[in-house]
Amino acid sequence: MKIAVVRFPGSNCDQDCWRALTDGLGVRAEYLWHKETSVAGYDAVILPGGFSYGDYLRCGAIAAFSPVMQSVIKAAQTGMPVFGICNGFQILCETGLLRGALIRNRSLLFLCQPVSLKLENNRTPFTRLSEEGTILSMPIAHGEGAYYADDQTLRELEEGGQVVFRYVDQHGQPTPEANPNGSRNNIAGICNPSGNVLGIMPHPDRSWDRRLGSEDGLQLFRSLVDTLLSVAA
Amino acid sequence: MFFAVKLEVVVMPKRSVLDPQGVAVRNAVRELGLANVGTVRVGKIIELEFTGEPDEAKLDEICRDLLCNQVIEDYRILGAVPK
Repeated sequence: MKIAVVRFPGSNCDQDCWRALTDGLGVRAEYLWHKETSVAGYDAVILPGGFSYGDYLRCGAIAAFSPVMQSVIKAAQTGMPVFGICNGFQILCETGLLRGALIRNRSLLFLCQPVSLKLENNRTPFTRLSEEGTILSMPIAHGEGAYYADDQTLRELEEGGQVVFRYVDQHGQPTPEANPNGSRNNIAGICNPSGNVLGIMPHPDRSWDRRLGSEDGLQLFRSLVDTLLSVAA
Repeated sequence: MFFAVKLEVVVMPKRSVLDPQGVAVRNAVRELGLANVGTVRVGKIIELEFTGEPDEAKLDEICRDLLCNQVIEDYRILGAVPK
């Protein structure tokens, strides 16, 4: 098994993702430069956080047209698990693999803080080892993390079970106070209709070991690896 | 004959999308004495200089693909501006 961690100019969570996979789970992970034109030979792709192409134009807008993303898009459409974290989520929205967009935080502040998340869908390759309703603690670190989609799209996402993570308070309620950035419906992460593409603003790659303050994020990587192993078996 | 043409693409946040930057600018404009200013929205202008005749249909396509994210923004192309 081999998982690709894509590196764009400006990625800065690529090593965190690589460490979570290798040190956290003992899985083989390789960096894949943005100019590569193929993801052949990889079982899954991770799009890490950061500021790809300097966030120029819009976050993720230019990365969406990079050579590597053209092959990631094709692979995603044929079922390969693709996991976008933070800037990776923004890129997935810009490619159209995920619906909606991430816009400026309502407060205009760059937010760097732990948040509580509720898992709402464990039927994805990234969440299958956790119970729905589980509350996870992970940090966010973003300036443009407010999830936006129009009413119709939101309805379809909600009805289709595509809302995977929501910002909640300590009682698991998606209150306005628990919403750090102004995301519609407190949405922190969504998947595509078939579930193999997941985008999430909080950082499981910065919460995979107790020494980082939380190890809740490791479960997402573990689920992905478990999925890949069961496919291979 | 050599000539140059400049086109401008104006990209604005959709009216239905909250523009917190616009709200912050509005508040500052009010502080500075324009108390009756209503909605303020902040967008961007992308200037493109061409040598020779620009393919406006192609530019329109690129606006939809790259320069504007139509989930959250609208755009318009301002006609040829003499340089």
